[in-house]
Amino acid sequence: MPEETKGPDSVLRQPEGAKAPAESAAPGKPPATPATSAESVKAAPAAQSKPAEAAKPTAAAKPAAPAAAKPPAPPAKPAGPVPEPWESELVTRLRQQYGSGIEESLRYLGQTYLTVDQSILPEILRRMRDEEGFDYCVDITAVHYPKREQQFDMVYVLYSFPKNERTRVKTRIKDGEHVPSAVAIWETANWLEREAFDMFGIVFDGHPGLKRILLPDEWKGHPLRKDYDILQQDREWVQINLGIESGQ
Amino acid sequence: MSQPIDTSYLDLDTKDETFLDSTEMVLNMGPQHPSTHGVLRVILKLDGEKVLGTECVIGYLHRGVEKIGENRTYTMFNPYVDRMDYVAAVSNGLGYCETVEKLLSAEAPPRAQYIRVILTELCRISSHQVWLGTHALDIGAITPLFYAFRDREEILKIFEKYCGARLTTHAFRIGGCIYETYDGFEQDVKKFCTFFLPKLDEYEELLTTNRIWVTRTKNVGVLNPEDCIALGVTGPVLRASGVKWDLRKAQPYECYKDFDFEIPTGVNGDTYDRYLVRIAEMRQSVRILQQAVEAIPTGPIMAKVPKVIKPPVGEVYHSIEAPKGELGYFIVSDGSTQPYRVRVRPPSFVNLQALDKMVRGLLVADVVAVIGTLDIVLGEVDR
Repeated sequence: MPEETKGPDSVLRQPEGAKAPAESAAPGKPPATPATSAESVKAAPAAQSKPAEAAKPTAAAKPAAPAAAKPPAPPAKPAGPVPEPWESELVTRLRQQYGSGIEESLRYLGQTYLTVDQSILPEILRRMRDEEGFDYCVDITAVHYPKREQQFDMVYVLYSFPKNERTRVKTRIKDGEHVPSAVAIWETANWLEREAFDMFGIVFDGHPGLKRILLPDEWKGHPLRKDYDILQQDREWVQINLGIESGQ
Repeated sequence: MSQPIDTSYLDLDTKDETFLDSTEMVLNMGPQHPSTHGVLRVILKLDGEKVLGTECVIGYLHRGVEKIGENRTYTMFNPYVDRMDYVAAVSNGLGYCETVEKLLSAEAPPRAQYIRVILTELCRISSHQVWLGTHALDIGAITPLFYAFRDREEILKIFEKYCGARLTTHAFRIGGCIYETYDGFEQDVKKFCTFFLPKLDEYEELLTTNRIWVTRTKNVGVLNPEDCIALGVTGPVLRASGVKWDLRKAQPYECYKDFDFEIPTGVNGDTYDRYLVRIAEMRQSVRILQQAVEAIPTGPIMAKVPKVIKPPVGEVYHSIEAPKGELGYFIVSDGSTQPYRVRVRPPSFVNLQALDKMVRGLLVADVVAVIGTLDIVLGEVDR
C-alpha cells in the first residue's frame, strides 16, 4: 500500500548526481553497510564523468540503486517516490459534494487516483461519466489484501476522451460484501465484472448475468485470492480422477 | 393410373413444433470451428438463418497468466506475456517492460526506444497480415492468406536475426533491449519497407474492389462510435467507427512523438471500413519504420536498472496501442522482487464483448466475418 511507503521523499530523483542519494541514505538508514556507501560514492564520479548521462534527471539516480541492492546482508530498501496529494478542480468539486466520502485523492508517478467510500461508489462512477467526461471505462479489477479488514480493493480505470486524461477510482470492500454493478453505466463492465467475480469471488449486485467467464462453472474457489492454494486443485483432481495421492 | 397418395396421417392442419421455420434454434459454433481463430465457442440463437442473439463461451485457453505473474519475479514474468497475444508478442513485451520501468522511474535510452519502435511496428504489420489472411480466408478468398503469410515471413526473418525467435520473441528487457542490432539491421528494415509497399497494393487489388469481398463486408457488423465507447472497444475497430484515437498520438510513449504519421479512420464502422483502416495502418507503420530507421541514434541500449528488480511500493497502470487495441498493465508492487498483482487489460477480451451487438439480425455466415474483423487472439482473450 502506498501509505506504508517509508523513506525520504524521492531521494532517487535528485538530479545533482549519485553522491547526494548516497549521503542522504547513510544517516537515514543505519543498517546500510559501509560497503554500500563506498560503492555508491565510487559510482558517483563515474556518473559525473559522463555528461550525457548526468544531464538526464533519471540517469543520475540509477547508479545508486544497484549499489543498494548488492550487499546481501541487510538489503537497503530503495527509497522510491511517494504518493503526493492530488488537488484539482475535479477533486474539489467532488469533495464539496461528498465530503469525507472521498477518502483519498493521490498522485503517484504522475497517475492520479481517488479512493472513495463504498456507499457512494455508484454515484461517483455515474458522475464521472456524465459530468466529468470519463466516458470510457478501461478496466475493472480487484486486488486482494488478506491481512486487511477490508480485504479487497476494487479498481476502476477510467479514461476521458474529451480531456485525454486517465484516472482511477478505487474503493475498499470486505470479504463477502457486494458491490453495485457498473453495467448500467458502462456496458463494458459486463465481462470485466464477471472476470472479477470469477477470479476474486466478488459479487456485483444488479449484474445481468453474473457467472464465471474464464473458468469452468464447476470450478472451486477463486484463483486470484491470495489464500488460494495453487496446488489444491491439482491434488483434488488427481485424487478424484486417478484415485492416487498427487506427487505435488 | 396410380393410387392417390394417402396424406391422412400427416395431419397438415396442426402446426408442427419441430419444424425449422417455426421455432428458434440454438446452434453451437466452435470451440473447434476453423473460423473462430482458436478455441472460441459461440452459442447462436437462430431464427432460420437469422441471428437473434449470441453468447460467447471463453476460457478454453486460460492459463492463469495473472496468477503466474504473482509467483514469478518481474524478470521471470517477462517471457510469459509474449504468450498472450502470440501473433503480436513484441507489443505485449513492450507494454509490460514499460509498465515496470514506470514503477522503477526508469526510462529506456533513446537508441533502445528506436529499436523498440521499429520492432513493434514490424510486429503491428505482421499481426495485421495474419488478420488479413485469416479474415479473407474465412470469407472465402484463399489467395490473400498465401500472399500475407509469404510477406510476413520477411518480418519474422528480421525478428529471428535480431533475437533468435520468430514468434514469442522476448525481444525487450526491463530497462531497454538486451540485444544490439545485428549488422545490416537497418538495411533489412529499409529493404522490407520498399518490398512491402507494392505488396500492400497487391492485397488491395485482390480485395478492395472485389465484388464478393465488398458485398460480404459492407454494412456487416456495424458499430457506431457511442456503442464503441460504451463497450470499451479500442484499436482499429474504434477508429473504423470514426473516432480518431490512437494511444501513440493521444498519450505518446517511447519515441512516437518523433515521427510523422496519421491515424486512419473509417466512416461507417462496418467490416469493410475496418479492413480499410487496418490496410491504411500498415502503410502508416511503414512510414514510421522509414523515419525511425533513418534517425536511429547511437548510444547505450540498456538503462541502468538494478539486476534484481525491486520496484518501490506503489501501483501503476500503463497502456500501449497494441495492434488489437489498448493493451494495459496494472501492476501493484509491494516492494518485493515479485509483483503483488499483475492485471492485464487485454484488447481482444474487451473487443470480443461487442460481438453480440454486432451480429444481431445478421446471418450465420456474417458471424464468421465479424469474428474475423474483430481480430481476436484467443490466447489473449483467455490469458
